[in-house]
Amino acid sequence: MNGSRLLAQIIKELLSLLRDPRARAILILPPLLQLMIFSFAATLEVRNATVAVFNEDIGQPAREFVADVTSASFVGHVIMVHNRQQQDELIEQGRALLTLHIPEDFSRHRLAGQPAPVQVILDGQQANAAQVALSYLQAIAMEQGNRTEPMVLRHAFNPNLIYQWYVVPSLSGILSMLIALAVTALSISRERELGTFDQLLVSPTTPLEIILAKCLPAVLMGFVMGSVMITAALLLFQVPFTGSLLWLAGALVLFIISVVGIGLMVSAVSETQQQAILGVFALAVPMVLMSGFATPVENMPDLLQWMAQAIPLTHFLVIVQGSFLKSIPADVVVSHLWPLALIALVTLSGATLVVRKRLH
Amino acid sequence: MTAIALDDVHKAFGKTRALKGISGEIAAGRLTGLVGPDGAGKTTLIRMMAGLLKPDSGTLRVAGLDPVHQGMALAESVGYMPQRFGLYEDLSVQENLKLYAELRGLPRDDYDATFEKLLDFTRLGPFTKRLAGQLSGGMKQKLGLACALITSPEVLLLDEPGVGVDPVSRQDLWRMVQALTGEGMAVIWATAYLEEAERCEDVLLMSDGLLRFTGEPGELTRRLQGRCFRLKGPHEKRALLGEVLARDDVRDGTIEGDRIRVVMDEGVDGEALASLGDVESVAPRFEDAFIDLLGGGPGGHSPLADQMPDVPELKDPVSCHHLTRRFGEFVATDDVSFNVRQGEILGLLGPNGAGKSTTFKMLCGLLKPSSGEARVAGLDLRSAASDAKLKLGYMAQKFSLYGLLSVRQNLTFYAGVYGLRGGEKQNRINEMIDGLQLGPLLDNAPDELSLGFKQRLALACALMHRPPILFLDEPTSGVDPITRREFWTHINGLVGKGVTVLVTTHFMDEAEYCDRVALMHRGRVIALDTPDNLKARAGQGASMEQAFIHLIEEQDDA
Amino acid sequence: MRSRRLFALIKKESLQMIRDPSAILIAFVLPVVLLFLFAYAVSLDIRQLHLGVVLQTDSAKAQSLAAEFSGTSYFQVLPARHRDEVTPLLVSGELKGYVLIPPDFDHRLARGESLIQVVTDGTQPNTANFVAGYARGVLVDWLADRGLRSPIKLDARFWFNPEVETRKFLVPGAIAIIMTMIGTLLTALVVAREWERGTMEALLSTPVRIPEILLGKLLPYFGLGLIATLGSTLLAIHIFDVPLRGGWGTLLLVSACFLVPALGQGLVISALAKNQFIAAQAALFSGFLPAFLLSGFLFEIDAMPAPIRLLTHIVPARYFIESLHSVFLVGDVWPLLIKDILAMLAIGAVMFAIARAKTRKSLES
Repeated sequence: MNGSRLLAQIIKELLSLLRDPRARAILILPPLLQLMIFSFAATLEVRNATVAVFNEDIGQPAREFVADVTSASFVGHVIMVHNRQQQDELIEQGRALLTLHIPEDFSRHRLAGQPAPVQVILDGQQANAAQVALSYLQAIAMEQGNRTEPMVLRHAFNPNLIYQWYVVPSLSGILSMLIALAVTALSISRERELGTFDQLLVSPTTPLEIILAKCLPAVLMGFVMGSVMITAALLLFQVPFTGSLLWLAGALVLFIISVVGIGLMVSAVSETQQQAILGVFALAVPMVLMSGFATPVENMPDLLQWMAQAIPLTHFLVIVQGSFLKSIPADVVVSHLWPLALIALVTLSGATLVVRKRLH
Repeated sequence: MTAIALDDVHKAFGKTRALKGISGEIAAGRLTGLVGPDGAGKTTLIRMMAGLLKPDSGTLRVAGLDPVHQGMALAESVGYMPQRFGLYEDLSVQENLKLYAELRGLPRDDYDATFEKLLDFTRLGPFTKRLAGQLSGGMKQKLGLACALITSPEVLLLDEPGVGVDPVSRQDLWRMVQALTGEGMAVIWATAYLEEAERCEDVLLMSDGLLRFTGEPGELTRRLQGRCFRLKGPHEKRALLGEVLARDDVRDGTIEGDRIRVVMDEGVDGEALASLGDVESVAPRFEDAFIDLLGGGPGGHSPLADQMPDVPELKDPVSCHHLTRRFGEFVATDDVSFNVRQGEILGLLGPNGAGKSTTFKMLCGLLKPSSGEARVAGLDLRSAASDAKLKLGYMAQKFSLYGLLSVRQNLTFYAGVYGLRGGEKQNRINEMIDGLQLGPLLDNAPDELSLGFKQRLALACALMHRPPILFLDEPTSGVDPITRREFWTHINGLVGKGVTVLVTTHFMDEAEYCDRVALMHRGRVIALDTPDNLKARAGQGASMEQAFIHLIEEQDDA
Repeated sequence: MRSRRLFALIKKESLQMIRDPSAILIAFVLPVVLLFLFAYAVSLDIRQLHLGVVLQTDSAKAQSLAAEFSGTSYFQVLPARHRDEVTPLLVSGELKGYVLIPPDFDHRLARGESLIQVVTDGTQPNTANFVAGYARGVLVDWLADRGLRSPIKLDARFWFNPEVETRKFLVPGAIAIIMTMIGTLLTALVVAREWERGTMEALLSTPVRIPEILLGKLLPYFGLGLIATLGSTLLAIHIFDVPLRGGWGTLLLVSACFLVPALGQGLVISALAKNQFIAAQAALFSGFLPAFLLSGFLFEIDAMPAPIRLLTHIVPARYFIESLHSVFLVGDVWPLLIKDILAMLAIGAVMFAIARAKTRKSLES
């Protein structure tokens, strides 16, 4: 290993990334824009839902129940219907998330202290939203006519269940992963297509130096962008931070290195830039899906859960979410850091071997 | 009959004025060369004739049509072959032909006859099922030509069809084109390669967006009658060339085997050179006239080489023994052995697909031999550590530069990659900037620069660590004669300092600069000798190109 | 327009498509992977949530409530005696919440006070909602069984998807994602490739007209898109158990209508970006990500802030996903489908108008 050779290559990689103002813009602006849009868009909350009410009862308890439902925070729009056909049509055409059918004997049952059935039809096409809405309805139903609620509910770490507290830290991981992948995927395949890679290979530089030099700027780029987004989470979105910034920064570096390793692997194997682009794309989508961002890892079949452990993002999401909200203890962080280190080691040595094999 | 008429045609791209008022006529039934150095505006003009660009001002008529307003009709009567063939690499030869036949509306009944004629004409008959991407450069050119010829257009536009084509394939191309003009077609052949221009019936000579000469090439050549000489001196030829070019009364000079070809200033007699050696008068060539018209060749002095120290003695600079490389069943390099002596230029010459590149890559350690060995500075590059690579400078095809870095940053990068640091690094970089006149454009990106400048920059990058051995892979492909002369001035200067050079090339005049030429064919070295001896084998007064074709055909017949 | 030239171009494009491994990867391999992941990996179905039950009294009633929690398939219960046992597990993520049954449970029950405390892991709000909802349901049922409260009994029915399996709406949605990739990403790449390789220049010098070039690109990918839809649908029905309640004809019709804006977008991108890298980036940012995030595929459009809701109206995938859900799970609901089809065709028309205006038969930039 030779310091000045390595330094020259690192400077070259940084310049190729950042010298051109348009390339700089393409690299930096979209992720920030995405953070802004997706932080608001990526939500599994139920808000502004359309609810249809078919009330056949004129009694006071029925009117109170309807009033409570229509004023609930998840409801945005209420449609009063007057027959069953109308009610069914709304669900069929996807115009209402749920309909509430209150039969004419509802008030009578309530006043007699008997269980009073209410029919709820939910749109199963929107399975998640329907389930969440149903649980809200249940809470309203439980409160009816009671002074004290039988169940005291507390949401730890995020008392008001603000979705952005979950999404924004997670997005910082996902987006910095995508940046690091995009930067590295092309780094070797572009040089190969332009012929400069041969020029490098005939110089005294070693495959390890080539890989390291390609690694560092991408890590730097990913780390800076990740940090910017974490800062945005702190300052702009006001997500509370309870963990250690130092641990998080360390985890971010290790996470980016492991992602860069994957990107360089793909780049080293690809013959052309197009292959590299599509290859990285074909990897990135499953990685995001299986990372536990959209849905918890525990919900997956065992085999997929096991595969998810090989995805850097899975581990980083636990760390970043924990650092923000849960004051995650150091030993838990460490238990997710060593898999990251292992992935980085395997992919980076893999990429070095592929480059070395080209040479011999 | 006039096929194309140009009247004061202007075209600018942003601030760059590509065409500054071109007027002229191109006759039907004749082969017209569109000649000029890089950046002269040849491609812009030819694209305009094809209706792909519009003139900013002025008019042109192609086959009696106005390309701007009658584009559709124009497309029916013009055949166009762009610089990059326009072939679909993942379609077969037959499929490419059929596609263009359909697009150009060839009647279905004529298919078989036309395809048969074209395949016969291009000698591509045996390869109809092969994918275009797997054809050699020369075969691609011929297929591209066949596709442009499907419906016998009135005007055929060929943009640098000779680039990357070996002499054997080029001869095929000429044969095809000459047959076409016989049928009354106007053929326009753009080229920076003057041996090609010389064979055209008419030429339009462009430089810097202006038309400098129109007419028969012989007319221009005749102007140099009595000014061209061949000089054989007692001294080493490269030193002699330097001496000749340093004179005030010399317009141009090049190496031809053992001798120097000299163009004298107007009114100066060849006897003025008698003090340097034996002088004989020779017939002028178009290239001589071209250089003369553009203000004469560059000087013969390389400031770059001046700064280089003498290379200490080096045993066995480059050698290979029984070098063989197979790709599956295909033997790309077959039992090749040769040595290059210190301070020698060895040229690797051969038709497309002869195994030049494979051999070259094995020699500089980019490819592993299947058997045999290659040594550089007495070391096997595959196993030798970085130290061996420090002895080697490499200039890749197409001048592989980092397009995203500025000129200065490219230089700094290569200095760093070869382990230079501190003051030494800065000195070397400055040396290169001064020696190769890179100064004025240091902050531009290489992609914005002319081919000639890129070539100098690539040379600077390859020489940064002062290697005693230099590998050049097609160093002047697509570059005009003036730039090529500048390049060889530097190489000659370096060889004078004891640098050993291995070069692959398609250009026959480049072969003349070599001390010895290894002619490759079908993976084997079929001849290894000095240029003069090779020419002698093809008969008295043969050119390098004739020698090349002769030796290849001799081999094929055997 | 000459049909002969058009057929020649279509044939050329189809041959190239078949011979290009990356097209096969995007059109056939990636869809299978995606469908598989959406069927099995990305499940919003919450089953077997890890829940701690801290039982701080040994009273029979409290134990029967604890047993009720263990008895439901929604929870996988970790019994505990003290809060300190479960809080660290909540931090490490091993528990999604815990229920605290206090020492004075019987006393509270008698006096009608609040009975239990439920604490969820709020870092994953969606899961937290499910834990709260299911816990509430268990408690309500337990109270009702004892006649202690006479609640409003919500008789909930999920239409079209009675078992509330997210797979049934994710798999049809995934088809929209796949079609976006084929329509937009592949089309953008193949046109950019013609510019990069110089074949476009040769094509432009022939008598071919611009609409012929555009259609020659589109029709093969249109066909590929429909074939991929058919394949994905067969997989969805036979392997992933998603019902197809509408007609095959309707399915093909809405798919065909979606391909119009998707392909149009690919053409617009390639008309503006003549290099594969930029084309790929643009296709990802303007095609793939909106189809994923702004289409109602995973995230409810209704829950987004107004400006973003407005933005979703120009995402063609939004209409396609709505139609697909309807055709797969409900049936041919024409009022809805016609509205969606018109929206997709309108966006498509705009895209084509832009593509046509931006593609010129010359090399002038």
